[in-house]
Amino acid sequence: MSSITTRDAPRGFSVQEYLTCLTGIVWREGLRFLHQRERFVSALVRPLVWLFIFAAGFRQVLGISIIPPYETYILYEVYIAPGLMAMIQLFNGMQSSLSMVYDREMGNMRTLLVSPLPRGFLLFCKLLAGTAVSLLQVYAFLLIAWLWDITPPAPGYLTVLPALILSGLMLGSLGMLISSGIKQLENFAGVMNFVIFPMFFASSALYPLWRVQEGSPYLYYLCEANPFTHAVELIRFALYGQINWISLGVVASCTIVFMVGAILAYDPSRGLARRGPAGGEG
Amino acid sequence: MVLATAAAPAYAFIAYVSNEKSNTVSVIDTDSWTVTKTIKVGQRPRGIDFTRDGKFVMVAVGDDDTIQVIDAKTQSVVDSLPSGPDPELFAQDAAGKILYVANENDNTVTVIDLEKRARIGDIQVGVEPEGMTISPDGKTLINTSETTNMAHFIDTASRQIVANVLVDARPRFAEFKHDSSEVWVSSEIGGTVSIIDPKKREVIGKVTFEIPGLRKEAIQPVGIGMTKDDKTAFIALGPANRIAVVDVATRKVTKYLLVGQRVWHVAFTPDEKYLLTTNGVSNDVSVIDVAAQKVIKTIQVGELPWGVTIAP
Repeated sequence: MSSITTRDAPRGFSVQEYLTCLTGIVWREGLRFLHQRERFVSALVRPLVWLFIFAAGFRQVLGISIIPPYETYILYEVYIAPGLMAMIQLFNGMQSSLSMVYDREMGNMRTLLVSPLPRGFLLFCKLLAGTAVSLLQVYAFLLIAWLWDITPPAPGYLTVLPALILSGLMLGSLGMLISSGIKQLENFAGVMNFVIFPMFFASSALYPLWRVQEGSPYLYYLCEANPFTHAVELIRFALYGQINWISLGVVASCTIVFMVGAILAYDPSRGLARRGPAGGEG
Repeated sequence: MVLATAAAPAYAFIAYVSNEKSNTVSVIDTDSWTVTKTIKVGQRPRGIDFTRDGKFVMVAVGDDDTIQVIDAKTQSVVDSLPSGPDPELFAQDAAGKILYVANENDNTVTVIDLEKRARIGDIQVGVEPEGMTISPDGKTLINTSETTNMAHFIDTASRQIVANVLVDARPRFAEFKHDSSEVWVSSEIGGTVSIIDPKKREVIGKVTFEIPGLRKEAIQPVGIGMTKDDKTAFIALGPANRIAVVDVATRKVTKYLLVGQRVWHVAFTPDEKYLLTTNGVSNDVSVIDVAAQKVIKTIQVGELPWGVTIAP
């Protein structure tokens, strides 16, 4: 990294240089994740608590209706597995945004942002790094779920990968967009209350939307408009080797919007510069 | 060679499902897993089976007091057989010449000559006869009577009851192991499957069921399907909405598979790759991959599907 940052900024960069930067950032994020064992464990414990405890109580609730992509009756734990996969990515997205706030407070961010490569690319690398970490978490979860008899068809483990990358990018860029507006680490609890919980609960992660519709049509519309719902459905269909085109469209467009928003918000000449002293020096 | 065999598509079979309430028989193609035809039959069709030559499907239409014969080629009703009142289930001998019909309402088993399509005798049994099975050697017919709670052993030559074995409440279905060593009888209310030694004619063991979170009364075993190697039995548990997979040697349940509501009867495809189950309340048929022991699909059929048979 330092070799890049200390050098004079030339006009263009070779693909090699872009790649060096990408691997550098992804590597650092991966190392950070692996060194924080507690983080890995907590990232797994959260969905597993839902799976082992919450789902156990609701086991019999859903065996009454067949909804795509399922072709037969399923137990509740099978239903919520894709929602929990998306939840892992949601928390991971928020956590990497939290780490960016931390980086900014600690000054590491400056090292990153003074790199001569385009800022957009740096942030994209950071997103990819966060997504890669979320993939590790999700596949670890899938392994445990498999032992718990949640066994999607074998090719599903492969077909779900592109869906996970896209949803990981969407949730990561959303986190990045939010983190650009957070000045201090302590505000993260607010993010939990105002972003993570509403997004998670007002979605199809825990209950199918027809069930929500029975309860309240307005809540149903809210769930339909929630990008997280579409991330969940994209993952759910992909896990069974199918494509939910509407969800794909929503997730792809949201990813672009959030990402562009995040890149603009992190541009020191636009957002960050006026927000706090840490970023203002950039 | 191995690859070629593995890649070859499974041979498609035709399954017939009797729909008790809509008075129809649904025809299912096991390649596409879709209903290809719905045949109008008499009232309250329940017991259903192919003739041994695979040319005809016999279906007991209880409220019309007869057994209708469907031509498998034209898929339409072509004839009827003279049963007693309210026929429910029936069994045929290995040669496919004699048919034994349990008539639920008059406590008899009717004997029908399938070649002449004529009634040749009656056997008095217990109250509300239902389950019917014939020993692989054709010598013993077993009938279960729902109210008497007995499995009646009937000698097919003399057409006399030679033994009565008491089982748990409301016996619904009986099935011989292919090696003739045991008869399995399901008791709907008792919630068990009694295992009878046909030589000693006594109960030698029981299969019991327990599903966490389900009331005991919801577990009502009815249909039984046993693999040809006599290693695995699949038992339909009625309102428990589950099929129990039972290891025949240890008589223990190894797995419960979630299917539709009130699952009644089961049938294997001839290659034993799949098992079909009739789910009465949810009006559908679930397909189980036998080797993987997984439910792979559920297909909508008519109202209150009851029995299922697959072309040999």
